[in-house]
Formats: sequence, C-alpha cells, structure tokens
Amino acid sequence: MRSHARIGFVLLLTPLVLWLGLLIVIPHIDMLLISLRERISFGVYETSTAQYQKALTEPLYLRTFWRTAVMSVLATGITLLIAFPVAYYIAKMAKGRLQQVLFMFCLIPFYVSELVRTFGWMILLRETGIVSNLLQWTGLADQPVEMLYNDAAMMVGLVYTSMLFMVVPLVTTLESLDDSVIEAGYDLGGGGFSVLREIIIPHAMPGIVSGCIVVFMLSLGNYLTPTMLGGKDSLWFTEMIYNQFIVRSNWELGAAFGFMLLVLSSVIVWGMLRLTGRTLQETMG
Amino acid sequence: MTKIFMTTTCLAVLGLAQAASADTLRLLTWGGYAPDEVVEMFEEQTGHTVEVTKSNNEEMIAKLRATGGGGFDLAQPSQDRIMGPQMEFGIYKPIDVSKLNQDLFIPSMLKATMENTTVNGEVYGVPHVWGTSGLVMNTAEAGEVVKDYTDLCASDVAGKVSYRLKRPTLIGFAFAMGEDPFAAYGDEAKYAEIMGKVEAKLIECKANVKTYWGGGDELMNLVRSGEVTAAMAWDTGGWKLNEDNADITFVAPASGALGWIDTFVLPAKGQADDVAYEWINFVMQPEISARITAGAGNFTASAGADEFAEDALKAKYQASFPAEAVDNIKWYPPVPAGLESIEGEVLDRVQAAN
Repeated sequence: MRSHARIGFVLLLTPLVLWLGLLIVIPHIDMLLISLRERISFGVYETSTAQYQKALTEPLYLRTFWRTAVMSVLATGITLLIAFPVAYYIAKMAKGRLQQVLFMFCLIPFYVSELVRTFGWMILLRETGIVSNLLQWTGLADQPVEMLYNDAAMMVGLVYTSMLFMVVPLVTTLESLDDSVIEAGYDLGGGGFSVLREIIIPHAMPGIVSGCIVVFMLSLGNYLTPTMLGGKDSLWFTEMIYNQFIVRSNWELGAAFGFMLLVLSSVIVWGMLRLTGRTLQETMG
Repeated sequence: MTKIFMTTTCLAVLGLAQAASADTLRLLTWGGYAPDEVVEMFEEQTGHTVEVTKSNNEEMIAKLRATGGGGFDLAQPSQDRIMGPQMEFGIYKPIDVSKLNQDLFIPSMLKATMENTTVNGEVYGVPHVWGTSGLVMNTAEAGEVVKDYTDLCASDVAGKVSYRLKRPTLIGFAFAMGEDPFAAYGDEAKYAEIMGKVEAKLIECKANVKTYWGGGDELMNLVRSGEVTAAMAWDTGGWKLNEDNADITFVAPASGALGWIDTFVLPAKGQADDVAYEWINFVMQPEISARITAGAGNFTASAGADEFAEDALKAKYQASFPAEAVDNIKWYPPVPAGLESIEGEVLDRVQAAN
C-alpha cells in the first residue's frame, strides 16, 4: 500500500518538477551565467559584472527601467480604480441573470488575442480613425486628431488589457461579503464613505492585493501594447530586452536586463505586501 | 523516477528526430520568398516537403544562434550579415558551389556575394533576392521637399514622416549628411564619430517623426491612409502602394539608395543539404524566379528572369531608377563585428531622447 501511495506521489509531482526545472530553473541559471560574462573577441568570453555595471551606469537604461516601473504602478492603480466599482456592481448590485451577463461582458474581449485587441485600439485612436472622424463630424474638432503614439494611449491599452485580471479576484472576494454586514454598518450610523473604508475595502483586501500583483506583473512584462500604441518616445523595458537579444545579438546585456526586471518585480511585489500588511500566504490562499 | 524521465526523454528525442527526416526542407526565409505555388511545384516535382518559417535578419541570426545553427536546413539572411555572425558564433556551414547550377545566377552578383561571404577561404552564401531601400512618398504632397533622407527633417513635412529605428536609417542618414559610413567600417573610432553626428541629427529630427515604423504592413497603412507622406522604406513597398494611388511611389534619394542582397546559407546543423541545393537550383530557374518576383515584388539574382517579369513592375522599377540612380546604389558591405553595438547604443539613445 505504502509503495503505491509513493508512486502516486511521485507521478503527481513529476509534471511540476519537470515544468519548474526545465522551463524555469534551468533557463534562469543559464541566463544568470550569460549575464555574468563579457565578450572579449570572436567567441572569447570572460566572467565579469560588466553588464550590470553598464546597465546601472548608463542613464538611458536606468531611465527606461524606472519609467517602466512607475508606469506599471500607475496602470495598476488606474485599473483598480476602474475595476472596483465594476466588480462591486457585479457582485453586490446585480442579481441573478444580469450578474452572469455582466461578468460575461468582462470576459468576452479576452476571447480574441491581445494582438487583435491592440489593433482595435489603433483603429479607434489613429488620425484617420473612428474617434477622430467622430469628433470632426460633431464639430468638436476641425482637423484630424492624432490620439495614438503617446503615453496616454499606451496607458489605455495597458489598463484595458489587464482589466479582467482585476475584476475576477475582486468579484470573488466581494461576493463573500455578507450584505447584512454592510446594512449593520449603515444602522450604526456610518455614511457611504465610512462603510466603504471600514467594511468593504478591508474585506476586499485579499482580492485587491492579488489583483494588483497580477496586473502589475502583466503590465511590467507587456511587450505588445507599449510597442504598438506607445509611439516614438515609449521605450519599455521588455522592448529593450528584446532589442538586446534579437536585434543587437547582445545576449549578455539582455540577460542582465532580464534579471534586473526579475529583481524589480519581486521587490515591488514584496513592498506591496509589506505596505498592506499582508503575507503572500494570505493573498494566494 | 529516473525510468520515467528516461522514457520521456527518449520519446522526445525520437519525436524530434522524426521531424527532421531527410526529405523535409526546413526553410527560414522572408515573407514572399517562398510563395505557396512555388513550394507546391517543388514538392510535386521532387517528393520532398518544405516547411517555411518567415522571419527577418535579426531573428534569423538569433534563432540560429540559440540552437548553434540547428533547427533549419536553409536560411536567407542578407549578405552583409553572414561574415560577422559566422566568425562570432559559427552558425553556418560552407556552401559547395559546385553542387549548384551556376549558369542560373547573374555572374557579377554571384561573384560579389561569394566574395562578401567568404570566411577563412570558404564560401558561405549565394545570392537570391535583391532590392533597395530609399524613400517612399506621396510625390504630390512631399515630392518638392523631400529629395534625400535628411529632408525628412524639413519643417514642411513635420508630423508626416516615418522611418525605422534600425541600422539602414543610420547608414542612409550618414550618406545624406555627406559621410561615407561604409568606408569607415574598418575604423571603429571614425565610425563612432560619424554615428555621433547621425545621432544628433536624428534626435533633432525626432519631433518631425509621426512614429517609428516596425513592420512593413504598419508603414503601408500609414502611407495609404495619408497620415504619412514621406518615409524611409523598401522599394517594393512603394511600388505596391503605387497600384492603389499613382502619386505614391518609391524614389531613390539623391545620396543613393541602399542596396541589399538576401542570400542562401546552410545553417551549421542543417540535416538536408542535398534538398537545400535542390531547392536553390529549383527556385533560381528563370520561370520560378519570375513568380517569386511577382509575389515579393523584388528582383532575383536569376539570370534571364527579367524576361518573365511583369511589364508593370519593370516600368515602376525604371521610373524609380534612372540609369544614374542605379549606378549610385550603395551596396551594403559585410558588417564587421563590434560596429553593431555602437549602432545599438545610438538607436537606444535616439529612442529615449526627448
């Protein structure tokens, strides 16, 4: 019996170990080794920290690094602000069928690929696009308006792309909040704002934190949206990694960038958990 | 545990081995260089199968580098991208030119490509498709202003121009500014100096640019919709747009169009060299080459294919390239390693500049 149980355990564990080992641990070790070497001449490499020094001293790389971090945090914040009322309406106000239908509406855009969704935004926002034409037709603008290729367009794309990943955890946590608790809050003389602050937000905190972590990670690692909507000033950190690896054939610097991004995202997630006073265990469990 | 692992590994290896059986040609090429009809004709005639993967120069080299030259049996990088990567990463294997029907090639082009792709006395590439990059513009709106790359920075076309942030732009601007970057290929300090001037110009010019285009389709949309009136692009893009709007066409810039030749190379770990040679001999036949020209819009190094090319395309080519413009084409020499990192930093700084 015991040996059977052990075989079962091993069989169940194997996919996980293979997955983590082959796709995550081994490639990362290789990346780390690549990032720690420097090209001397044709096919000759030496171990050094030159790549990290370069990444940390060149103002351009640092600027892009911080820009990406700040913009991702901003995108996460905006997503939360938009998603919270939506999630609250779906979880608390809408009942029965309407609830399901609204939830489906949030889901439907994700049936098509990210590329198609981004192209959709391009069709809407471009100079000869729908919004521009509409503004001219209504007389609000007398010439074509360019709304694409700037940071605002990029932000719209980022928020739109990650909306669902904020709404789902929020709806789940808000649904578990008993309506009578909210009523009790009002009965005890609380106003709308104090009920929100004292009851609803504390209860939804696990959902908020896990939603924020997912959205932040998605924004930070997004390649398509910043490249397509962002235009000429929008250097995103993932784009720099792609450039180093593919365009410049400089794997060493690209690998160093990759590790910097890994450290950055870990630090910010850790900071977010510390700030909200939660542990990873609570958030995930 | 070990047993399961071994079995899985064996199965995976078997699967991989099967995919690479000798009768399959895994071709790494550009969009349009292996049209479906040509692939079908080849498969019918020889019984081999062809798997086409579409890519571009940088991705081709990155893919081959990642596998040490494996995964593909025939690749088509530009001729200037063969010597450097070969010396650096050893991702190609020498081509046995005697296995090719050399009569099918335009002799001068074959000779030049072979010379440009020779490393340690071994030839690594033979020419296939060639073309130029220059200016694609709406001649009615920008024709008076834009005569050369640097004219893209003129205030008359502000907000209506686009180019790529890639090395052809750096080279083109350098020529238009009166420098000769190709002559400085051997002198890193001189090259860095030229690139410094180009960087300053491109940063100054940035406000004029609507967006830096990435893919051919993106640019076509920008020009077709009229949002962009002048751009730095490939000749075929201009000729394709010319079919929809007679005002839009390709113009060779005053400082000279930049000429490229895409080649055939054998990846170091290719497993179907004989099929690869068969494919090269097949597509270089004049009738087949003419079909590729009709599809991709670019001319090939096949001798005699001109006769089969469409008259419309020939007319466009002649309109864009008067005799003196042909002589003025600047052909890319092989890129020495090291220069690309200078260019990379310049491009990064231009993109990040405000």
